[in-house]
Amino acid sequence: MKPVVSLLLAATLAWLPIGCSRSKQPEMRVIQNIGSDTMVNLAQAWAEEYVKVEPSVSVEVSGGGSGTGIAALINGTVDIANCSRQVHPQEIEQARQNTGKAPREFMVGYDALAVYVHKSNPMEEIALEQLAEIYGEGGHFTKWSQMGITMRGGADEIIRVSRQSNSGTYEYFREAILGKGRDFKLGSRDMHGSKDVVELVSRTPGAIGYSGMGYATAEVKTLRIASKAGGKSFAPTVENTLDHTYPIARPLFMYTLGEPAGHVKKYIDWIHSEAGQKIVTQSGYVPLPRTGTQP
Amino acid sequence: MMNRRQWQSVTETAIELLIRLCGISAILFVFGIFFFVFREGAGFLFHGFNFREFLFSSEWYPTSHSHVRYGVLALIAGTASVTALAMLLAVPFGVGAAIFISEFCGPKVRETLKIIIEMLAAIPSVVWGFIGLTVMNPLIIRLFGAPIGLNVLNGGLILALMSVPIVVSIGEDALKAVPDSYREAALALGVTRWQLVYRVLLPAAKNGLLAAVLLGVGRAAGETMAVLMATGHAVRIPTSLMDSVRTLTATIAAELGEAPMHSQHYQVLFIIGILLFLITFVINLTADLVVRGVRVK
Repeated sequence: MKPVVSLLLAATLAWLPIGCSRSKQPEMRVIQNIGSDTMVNLAQAWAEEYVKVEPSVSVEVSGGGSGTGIAALINGTVDIANCSRQVHPQEIEQARQNTGKAPREFMVGYDALAVYVHKSNPMEEIALEQLAEIYGEGGHFTKWSQMGITMRGGADEIIRVSRQSNSGTYEYFREAILGKGRDFKLGSRDMHGSKDVVELVSRTPGAIGYSGMGYATAEVKTLRIASKAGGKSFAPTVENTLDHTYPIARPLFMYTLGEPAGHVKKYIDWIHSEAGQKIVTQSGYVPLPRTGTQP
Repeated sequence: MMNRRQWQSVTETAIELLIRLCGISAILFVFGIFFFVFREGAGFLFHGFNFREFLFSSEWYPTSHSHVRYGVLALIAGTASVTALAMLLAVPFGVGAAIFISEFCGPKVRETLKIIIEMLAAIPSVVWGFIGLTVMNPLIIRLFGAPIGLNVLNGGLILALMSVPIVVSIGEDALKAVPDSYREAALALGVTRWQLVYRVLLPAAKNGLLAAVLLGVGRAAGETMAVLMATGHAVRIPTSLMDSVRTLTATIAAELGEAPMHSQHYQVLFIIGILLFLITFVINLTADLVVRGVRVK
């Protein structure tokens, strides 16, 4: 539930400064961290852990979507923008015009997009072409029986669950299964957050939906994905993401305006450290590979 | 030094001015809001805006890479269908409840009912949406065998429940405003209670009841959060009660936050705001004309 999440966030944010003023640290530094809905749980987990490492810095996290984070970065009102896609060239240009600085990119982990269906659905795996037929404009699949799936209770209609049109997850999923330029079929249920997608799919027998793998719960069935129909299919796991066999995985980014200030740089360094990357795993995402350090 | 009388006349004028200002302020606010919404959308509205596509196409692709399309026909159909269903349910129930409260029940029952109905109005719209998403969705799937419970029926029911309190309280006021002499005269002629309501009170309170219904329509058409959560938020023209729809208001709420400032998408969302303004304006104008027509007769 998005509203519930934002309420919780607001409550946490409201508490942060109070908690800090109580400890009477002379120099409290605040890092504003806004952006991707996919990354909000992860960013929150980092922020909570970092207080223990560096009590004089408090990281204030809020979601809203990758676009929201980048918009805040362009306006210069945020220290770090979380983004589940790369910035567009025109956004870099806008940031340059507005603030005189270009966004600096830090890769902080990977996310595999999980595709899932209701628990009662007998389907186990799906190919990218099938997803394109289901989700793409002009695609022909509207019934589960067209893929040879017999649904119990006659819920044969495919209920497509998607995201609002400016979320990073929406954009990445569109590009990954439909390629550049092609659009989604109209009539999908466009939810306002990854949690809502999981929630709706878990309650609707004929539904299919997607979100970052960190949001998948035991209430829904995660499908294995094949790049080609009839080919080998892979589950969204850490190994399959790192060796690129899982076809719809993407890097997660943090952006700062120009070179980050000292305390922000330290925070990002900590995120890249072993302690920070451990939290990536704990939150259900894929950490950066050990050998390849951040350039 | 001012004498008492002068002082009084000064305060009198000051208070009069203040009250006048309060009266005019509503006009200022309405025009101020309209001006702001219009200004935000105007840039695109007058430069390359495709009115035909906007009003007559149901293709809403605001973030397409290849071909951006801004057609809101499906969104208008969504708002219209949900509002119509809500009114179909809320008007008979609301007017019936208003008649019962004002004419048929004792003072104790009346007070309890009024308090409970007012509590219904105090429930926040997010909570209504939450009920739609978590309680009504599985219920509709089970009862009607629908593939998904987030649809016109769900949104319409929720909106009906939300607008009933408005229809009841304003409808009750309208019935109360009918002078008691009407009731006494009718009863003296030997009518039954039903005849009293049907033949005397309803015609006498017509304008007030119409106002109640139209305020209900306004409430239903303007509601955002509850319909965003309960209707399924899918761009399509509904053909049955079991189809998911998306309303104009929900589209603005869902997309404005992330549309880049002053981009085309952002401006189109404001043009939808202008459209909503026009819709409520037309509703109010018709109401006014209807009421006047009734009076001339």
